Amino acid sequence: MAFDSGDFMNIRYQQIQGNSLGFYTLIAGLGVFILAALGAFYYMEYQGHWVTGMNNRIVWGMPHVFALFLIVAASGALNVASIASIFNKKIYQSLSRLSGLVALALLAGGLMVLVLDLGRPDRLIVAMTKYNFKSIFAWNIILYNGFFVIVGVYLWMMFERRMNKFSTKVGLIAFSWRLILTTGTGSIFGLLVARHTYDAMIMAPQFIVMSFSFGLAFYLLILMASYKWTNRELGDVIINRLRSLLGVFVAAVLYFVAVFHIGNIYLAENNNVATLLFSTDSIYTNLFWYGQIILGSIVPLALIYHPVFKQSNSMLGLASVLVIVGGLVQMYVLIIGGQAYPLEIFLDKEILEGYGGVIVYTPSLAETTLGVGGVALALIAIVFLLKFLPFLPESLSNKVADPHYKR
Amino acid sequence: MHNKLNRRDFIKTTSITSLSVATIASGITLTTFAQRKNPVTNAKRWGMLVDTNKLTETDIDSMVDACQKEQGWGGEKYSIGNQKPTWIRKLKVKDKATGKISNLPLMCQHCEHPPCVDVCPTNASMRREDGIVLVDKHLCIGCRYCMMACPYDARSFVHENLTEQKEHMPRGKGTVESCTLCVHKVDNGEQPACVVRVNSEAVIFGDLYDPNSKINQTLKKIQSTQIRADLNLNTGVRYSGI
Repeated sequence: MAFDSGDFMNIRYQQIQGNSLGFYTLIAGLGVFILAALGAFYYMEYQGHWVTGMNNRIVWGMPHVFALFLIVAASGALNVASIASIFNKKIYQSLSRLSGLVALALLAGGLMVLVLDLGRPDRLIVAMTKYNFKSIFAWNIILYNGFFVIVGVYLWMMFERRMNKFSTKVGLIAFSWRLILTTGTGSIFGLLVARHTYDAMIMAPQFIVMSFSFGLAFYLLILMASYKWTNRELGDVIINRLRSLLGVFVAAVLYFVAVFHIGNIYLAENNNVATLLFSTDSIYTNLFWYGQIILGSIVPLALIYHPVFKQSNSMLGLASVLVIVGGLVQMYVLIIGGQAYPLEIFLDKEILEGYGGVIVYTPSLAETTLGVGGVALALIAIVFLLKFLPFLPESLSNKVADPHYKR
Repeated sequence: MHNKLNRRDFIKTTSITSLSVATIASGITLTTFAQRKNPVTNAKRWGMLVDTNKLTETDIDSMVDACQKEQGWGGEKYSIGNQKPTWIRKLKVKDKATGKISNLPLMCQHCEHPPCVDVCPTNASMRREDGIVLVDKHLCIGCRYCMMACPYDARSFVHENLTEQKEHMPRGKGTVESCTLCVHKVDNGEQPACVVRVNSEAVIFGDLYDPNSKINQTLKKIQSTQIRADLNLNTGVRYSGI
């Protein structure tokens, strides 16, 4: 068993054993989801997209919901490391390696889904070699690739003791890069000038705050699960820090959502869109209120801050799960809902025939399977790498987290 | 010394000869195909003027039909509803103030500043110097970002395998397509299929810049509009009567 002294004197990192029945069951289970996703991909590419629920009005469907969610969460998962390196918070240093790993894994999962949903995924090489620098998409391709390299180097700086001294500088680069990356992801929608449902640059900072929240929720679940399943100690000093952080992020997302929609309601040009989203009986209205706002934001906030649940780790776990589910719903409302309403082709005319109507999109099983496969890929990568490299401190007890801790 | 050609030399010589011939010949062929008498320059700007007062609903239906026949879309077997390609559509619109009802054909507006070209990551969506907006089917990766960006919902994604395509219009599953302004005909000095089919003053096609062209002269005389003019895209397709 390999031990490795980390950047922090009293932290000892250790791989997970990864030879229990539970471990192999987990790998096999995730493997099934990944195989199913590959099967779904083959089916959709071989047949063409007519077998999906997507069409010329809903051009981005369920795969994009998962892909963008994972990409946004990926950049947010890096936050824990950034707090340690840039703001020099010692308590977070022991958590940094896992933060880099979760970030890379989530991005890989998201990109897999994104690429496999292309009309011509076989032309990935074209996307990698032909760049239109006016395209936010092209910039994102560069930003995603750069993220892998920079976070890879960042992890190396954290792992290799001689390199530890550089980790602050590389951490700063990684943090800046991830802010630009999420700005790019938000701008994919924010710069769609023709669509009243998007076309607001507030989407860039909104995506950054969403990434803080989704990424931390993922991180927390993985941290808690891996410590529980390997019988390592995870003290409440660390858990409580992350709990408060998650609460702040969830509230911040709510703030941005409110500002975005208030802006839309106020602008006369967007009145129709706002009315459609808030007062119709469509599935998007219901998903917005019940899924995104209540289930994905209010309930987690209650679980995080209410004194009754405050001491419970399982309630924090539940809050994290709800943040993730709420995040997926938010992406669904944003991506699918944003396309479902017809474009305002004429500002002074009403279209009677030939175009219009709110589109009802029914995702096919194959699309959802592909999306879930992206999550499974991220998780399997994390589980494997935890076995082969020492990402996790052997203990995160209160004493390790805070040497001055007194019971 | 003997000059007899052995088998190895024979194979070597013939292979080299045939390879060189093939290389040069294919080069010549490609150049021949690529050669055009009039290179595409920005001295021209192709455009179309649709007069909705003169255009009947039947005219618009026949424009759609002409487009389908010319470019070979519309016969897809599996695509349903909104999955079916629509290179050109008939719209019935009602003015919010006056209540006037008009019918018009809507297709790619061939913008001077096309949002689809801006967002395309691989430069597959492109604008020719003469203003025609096209998709390079060899570069399109099928990301559909251009469809998200188009203010006119003028683009379609090919949702299934296609057979019996037109020689001048290769289409491919997994790529995006839209009105080409019948570029294959325009480059040969002809008019787009829909314009030919209507064959009246209701739809005029020509060079917007040429002071002698009918479209230029008509646009000087009458009042016309661009759809979503607020976006400053400077469209090549103009409308009057709406």
